[in-house]
Amino acid sequence: MKDLDAEALCRQLAEQIRPHVCPATALVGIYTGGLWLAERLHAELGIAQPLGAIDVSFYRDDYASKGLHASPKKTEIPFDVDGAHVILVDDVLYTGRTTRAALNELFDFGRPARVELAVLVDRGGRELPVAARYCAHTLAAPLAREQNLELQRDEAGQFGLKLTQRA
Amino acid sequence: MRNPQLNQHGELQHLLTLDGLPRDILNAILDTAAPFTEVAEREVKKLPLLRGKSVFNLFFENSTRTRTTFEIAAKRLSADVVNLNINTSSAAKGESLLDTVDNLCAMQADMFVVRHAASGAPMLIAQHLQNTGRDHIHVVNAGDGRHAHPTQGLLDMYTIRHFKRDFTNLTVAIVGDVLHSRVARSQIAALTTLGVPEVRVIGPKTLLPTEVERLGVRVFHDMREGLKGVDVVMMLRLQNERMNGALLPTPQEYYKIWGLTAEKLALAKPDAIVMHPGPMNRGVEIDSAVADGAQAVILPQVTFGIAVRMAVMSMLGSR
Repeated sequence: MKDLDAEALCRQLAEQIRPHVCPATALVGIYTGGLWLAERLHAELGIAQPLGAIDVSFYRDDYASKGLHASPKKTEIPFDVDGAHVILVDDVLYTGRTTRAALNELFDFGRPARVELAVLVDRGGRELPVAARYCAHTLAAPLAREQNLELQRDEAGQFGLKLTQRA
Repeated sequence: MRNPQLNQHGELQHLLTLDGLPRDILNAILDTAAPFTEVAEREVKKLPLLRGKSVFNLFFENSTRTRTTFEIAAKRLSADVVNLNINTSSAAKGESLLDTVDNLCAMQADMFVVRHAASGAPMLIAQHLQNTGRDHIHVVNAGDGRHAHPTQGLLDMYTIRHFKRDFTNLTVAIVGDVLHSRVARSQIAALTTLGVPEVRVIGPKTLLPTEVERLGVRVFHDMREGLKGVDVVMMLRLQNERMNGALLPTPQEYYKIWGLTAEKLALAKPDAIVMHPGPMNRGVEIDSAVADGAQAVILPQVTFGIAVRMAVMSMLGSR
């Protein structure tokens, strides 16, 4: 993914969202890459509501077969979900299963007025009826199942996209 | 021989004792418990992990707190929970332990939470399940005889880590009736595995097991001497109902010598925490002013106990 400039995509994503920000807008980042991205967007867009974070480990649909994810993080939703305009933020949209899990978890905190999805890259390969309202880049051809694309953050806080091959 | 609590991949299959459980598994349980503490703050205090699973609480011995917190933990994980009060059921009619287990397996049990007066009863059940090829059913020991009470030991470790952060620079004192205490055995095993450099046991000779030093602890028969400079004071309940023979004078006399009072606690570090597994005998092993004082973390222990039990059950429940 050498041709993908994560920093530029992040700026594009912020500009897509900006016209739709209202006082009720709240961002929720999905661990880990999505939360990094959400932190950046939250500052960039000057969102008034505090930033939320979701770890979907407890809601994953592969728990029965794969077990609990190692060292899950605390989900923290520091705003009132009832009536909020929530934007879920993830780095890469793939099967849609993570989004499904995040939605289920979010609704255990209350009834949001609206939920939208913002992602840096849509890699294709959807297995559920999920679409991102805000998306900085859609790959021309879906990635193969063995390939893994994820956001990286270096020590200076700069974003990069890393493509790896699973064995 | 492999640890009977672990499966062939080295993952937790049953939780029977903390003795011999590797440090990375102890840490994994404590790490997993942390995010579960947050669930109590939610509007919907439920996670879907054990949806459709049946957890059987098999309590052959009375317990309120442990059974209740196991029940809450399982329910917050969306399991169906069945409480069996064995005193009034088939065991009283003469059914054997393993026959009871087989019958509950025939009712599609997925997990047994077992408390039994006999040391080794949960292990017996686990071996029986293994011998009969029922590896998908898990056993959690909720206290067996004088042997072990692993989830209590784990919640104590969670509490210590929460307040003290690091185990490797602590001095921890366990005070009281160690002889009859499965809690103390689990605590000592976990503290040692997690790298606490100095574990002390403090109590009268009649209430300490012979050769307790072999567990890697320092023994004190003088409470004031033993409490000097400690970071954590773990009180034990005086197990009146287990006591036979004249191990002790009277509760009043015990309190005078072994009861934790503000004056004795002052010998520990100023920021020392005071723990108790409950139920407390106020005015016997602990003074009310200490139990309700600023250094006591006895109620947080109970709350953390739910998260720790959720962690254990969710680590077992997927396989």
